[in-house]
Amino acid sequence: MGEEFWQYRQAIPGDAAGAIDWRRSGRSDTAFVRQTEWSAAQTVTLNVDPALSMDYPEHGESKRTRAAVLACALSLLLVRGGERVGLAAPDLPPGAGRGQVDRIAGLLSGMTPYEDYCVPAMPDGRRGLLVALSDFLAPDALLMPALDALAAQGQRVVLLQITDESEETFPFDGRTEFRSMSGALSFEAERARALRDGYRAKLAARRDMLRARSRSAGWSFATHRVQEPASRALLWLHRVIEGERR
Amino acid sequence: MMSFGAIGFVTPALLAALLALPVLWWLLRATPPAPVRRAFPGISLLFGLKDTERTPARTPWWLLVLRMAVLALAILGLAGPLLNPAPAPERADGPLLIVMDGGWASAPDWSARQGEVRQILDRADRAGRAVHLISLSDAAPDLAPRAAADWAGVLDTIRPAGWAPNRAAFAARLDEMGDIGASIWISDGLGEADNLVEALSARGPVEVVLPEDLALALAPAMFEDGQLVTHILRAPGAPVQEVSVQVIGTDAAGIERVLDQVGQTLAPGDVATRVAIDLPLELRNRVSRLSLSAPYKSAGATVLTDDALQRRRIALVAGGRSGEAQSLTAPLHYLRTALQPVAELVEPPLAEVLDASPDIVMLADVANFSAEERSGLEDWVREGGLLVRFAGPRMAASATGQMVRDSLLPVRLREGGRSLGGAMSWGDPKRLRPFPQGTLFDGLDLPEDVDVVSQVMAQPDPDLADRTLVALEDGTPLVTARDEGRGRVILFHVTATPRWSSLPLSGLFLQMLDRIARVAQSGERGEVGLEGAIWTPERVLDGTGEVMDADRIAGVAGARLAQAPGPDAPPGLYRAGVRGHAYNVMRDATALQRLDLPAGTATRSYTVRAERDLTGLFLSGAMLVLMLDILATLALGGRLRPAARAGLSGLAVLFVMGAQDVQAQNVDTQAVETQAVRDDPRAIYATSETVLAYVRTGDAEVDRISRAGLSGLSLVLARRTAIEPAEPVAVDIERDELAFYPMLYWPVTDAQAPPGPEAVARINTYLRTGGMILFDTRDTHLAVGAEGPGNAQLRRLAGQLDLPPLERIPPDHVMTRAFYLLDDFPGRYVGAPVWAEASFAPEDVDGVPFRNLNDGVSPVIIGGNDWASAWAVDDLGNFIRPVGRGVTGERQREMALRFGVNLVMYVMTGNYKSDQVHVPALLERLGQ
Repeated sequence: MGEEFWQYRQAIPGDAAGAIDWRRSGRSDTAFVRQTEWSAAQTVTLNVDPALSMDYPEHGESKRTRAAVLACALSLLLVRGGERVGLAAPDLPPGAGRGQVDRIAGLLSGMTPYEDYCVPAMPDGRRGLLVALSDFLAPDALLMPALDALAAQGQRVVLLQITDESEETFPFDGRTEFRSMSGALSFEAERARALRDGYRAKLAARRDMLRARSRSAGWSFATHRVQEPASRALLWLHRVIEGERR
Repeated sequence: MMSFGAIGFVTPALLAALLALPVLWWLLRATPPAPVRRAFPGISLLFGLKDTERTPARTPWWLLVLRMAVLALAILGLAGPLLNPAPAPERADGPLLIVMDGGWASAPDWSARQGEVRQILDRADRAGRAVHLISLSDAAPDLAPRAAADWAGVLDTIRPAGWAPNRAAFAARLDEMGDIGASIWISDGLGEADNLVEALSARGPVEVVLPEDLALALAPAMFEDGQLVTHILRAPGAPVQEVSVQVIGTDAAGIERVLDQVGQTLAPGDVATRVAIDLPLELRNRVSRLSLSAPYKSAGATVLTDDALQRRRIALVAGGRSGEAQSLTAPLHYLRTALQPVAELVEPPLAEVLDASPDIVMLADVANFSAEERSGLEDWVREGGLLVRFAGPRMAASATGQMVRDSLLPVRLREGGRSLGGAMSWGDPKRLRPFPQGTLFDGLDLPEDVDVVSQVMAQPDPDLADRTLVALEDGTPLVTARDEGRGRVILFHVTATPRWSSLPLSGLFLQMLDRIARVAQSGERGEVGLEGAIWTPERVLDGTGEVMDADRIAGVAGARLAQAPGPDAPPGLYRAGVRGHAYNVMRDATALQRLDLPAGTATRSYTVRAERDLTGLFLSGAMLVLMLDILATLALGGRLRPAARAGLSGLAVLFVMGAQDVQAQNVDTQAVETQAVRDDPRAIYATSETVLAYVRTGDAEVDRISRAGLSGLSLVLARRTAIEPAEPVAVDIERDELAFYPMLYWPVTDAQAPPGPEAVARINTYLRTGGMILFDTRDTHLAVGAEGPGNAQLRRLAGQLDLPPLERIPPDHVMTRAFYLLDDFPGRYVGAPVWAEASFAPEDVDGVPFRNLNDGVSPVIIGGNDWASAWAVDDLGNFIRPVGRGVTGERQREMALRFGVNLVMYVMTGNYKSDQVHVPALLERLGQ
């Protein structure tokens, strides 16, 4: 259903209380429901990064939790707006209705990650809007081809980079052995502080790259920190998706 | 045992482990501190970054040194380091016998002796030898050997005894003991050795430990020429010593304190130094003992005094019955008045005068004696009695001592007498001539206003001048004296009344009598009656010269007290009936005897350098360095920042603990001082401001409300009245001084223990000297009938206090009008009666019912209205607890505050407010 006003009709038993237009109803004795004109539903595919890297930080709210919360909230909003929502990584065909949200939530909470890094991708043959929630920290060799592929398919993509504060500030010092979340990769630093500037520069370069890609492909890109309120990211996602629909 | 300089090691073999340190160095050097492992998704970005400060993966050298130090210290510590190690005891078989004298002469350096024994025990412990530890002053010593460690606890409980060690008895019992390897005798260096050394050497090698300074003693005190005289006794060969003799007695308030202190320097040769102490007679009568001050304090250096040094007993006898009813002319009135404060007076008939065993007999105008009386008095004077006679009409009329010398008069008298300045005489009244030097009254002030109108005259015998103590201007003697045997007879040639002279009216008369009372020999009546009675110890001396109550010590036959003290008869104050006897360690003023040891006896003094076990020091040093190492490792690993605070505070805790340890090792006596220091700020605070106080109950909530309540009341007082109290204080009823607080608020809780006996005494003093306690049972709301449950608690807490009879505060009590006019005394609850000291029956004064309130404040107010809760405010001044409901409640709270204001006013002003009631009436009368 769209936003444009179509008609008021008298409320009948079974209508949700929230659907009643109180301003109109106030003018007469009976309650009215405001109906808007029909508009074509769009398909949104959510890609919540299933990689192990999303399980960071280990204490407190992880990036994965945040991404899942955002995904659920967004699907709830979209389903309420009549859109069709699906999942990319555990493949879930788009669907509508409250049941779809439950399915999404179930799949997201049951994810068993096994790889250090994953990249966003659209399931084969699906069109529509791809919302990728990830930390986009995968090595260039993985990430670049994936983005290239999406661009080549002409997909409409919304990228939200979710990071932890420590991934931005790099507050480490001393002799440190950094490992990837699975432990497969390791990097030993004699004095971690000395790496800070280099790391920050590389992170900024990664973001610049993503931003530049988005601009050239007509996508949207934003960053979000776990320490920030989720509502901000949700608002941004909602607005961007609204914009995409128009 | 191996030693390097001042440090020795118990198990030197362990030191070999030090050789392993270089190996450790090499091992540690190769192993850098482990890196922090950190999972980090951003690692993908790190690849390709250059770690610019990459250093060889080696442990920094200083960390190595730190760790080596830890290990070295641990090894050294475990090897059992000892500072100033004593030479290892020679390998001797059999148990070690330690004999301590343990008598009074060991008391001055008792701790040094204990330290010496402790060291010997330590060494024996290390050598694994059994030990006998025996105090020669112990009546029934434990002769069995025990492990050295077992004696350590016993050693602390051994106290020096108040008598001399019985060496002969132990030498005799030595055979009862089993095998003895060697013996050490910790001697006090005084007295007879009694063959102890010989007996000991027969059983094995002997070592005698002698103190550097021998103990000093004090000889029994006596009075000579009005001075308190004692002798400081030493053994021959003592060096120059500075000592001071303390005169201890009760002061006017009955508290024992040092009344006087006399310093004395003892020259090398002196063995019995005479010390004379001048004391006013009033003080002299209160002397309870003399003692040498620290460091010579001991039972031997303490002399108890008994009745012999106490008040002189003076018998007053007047010639004939005094016919006059007027007391001012009674023959004995002036003597009685003058002597009352300084002496004990008895007034027996002349025939029974000696039965009262007086020190001085004063006869006022007594002329005739029966033969029996005369011979009795003569004997008594020869034995040391002091007879003072006053002339008078009877003496002048009798022919006593005119022709032949009277043994009870110092001089021969001329017939009749003379009168001066009367209507029928030529001369003027005569004044006094200055007192001759060196006589009894030398140094007394000569008043201008003493004149003599009548007197009896002395025959101008050749020795008259020598016997004259006081003469008139024209040279006629006024007071004469003659020594008779050990005693003395003194004659005043005037009456003891102002009839013949104004002398009895002058201050000089008092001073003369005082001098006479002083010179009186106290007589040797002490020793005489010892036998035949059972003497019960009242107070006994312990070895250090402290006086203790003699509970549970059996009485002693009198004959025993004639000998030196022992375990069965400790020195102290003994009493049989009314007679008291000071049983002192020193019997007479003979010098102490130095211990005479057989030639060739091995002697030594105390071990100077105390052995000290350094194990703890080394091991704690190792721990400390280990802590540093942890910090350093954390710093290297970059993990210090969050841990820094914890580490630093840990270090601080270590240091504080160390400091406390050091303090604890310091002298214990400082604890007392610090206690006093802690109390000072509280006392200063409480006295520089008006402070309301509450009793700390131990219930945190009750205490909080008490404090908040008094804060609230203080606030109201400061706002409304001239009383501006400072912050209230909590008072610990068991410990704190109460005198500073005008009133105490005492909430009654069931958790509170009743105050101890000392606290009860202090509270009673507080209440008697004007303090007031407000007891609050806080139970009106729970009360069934008249009594709430708190009353039982109150009875439990206050049962021992000295409380007056109570009554409900009557409507005309000052409390109802001290500041506000009140009908009731509500707190958080209302209605329960409030009690105060019962006043006397109302009297009608000027038609107004007026209560005579005993001119003071009721020492207690007792109620149950939970006032503190009604007064309680928080930091912002808001009331904490609700009172009543709505406007009525606010009114009740206001009334509660008014009660508080009235209460404090009442406490501060007493019944001044009550008196104020009469001011209008008084003013009205004045106006008319």
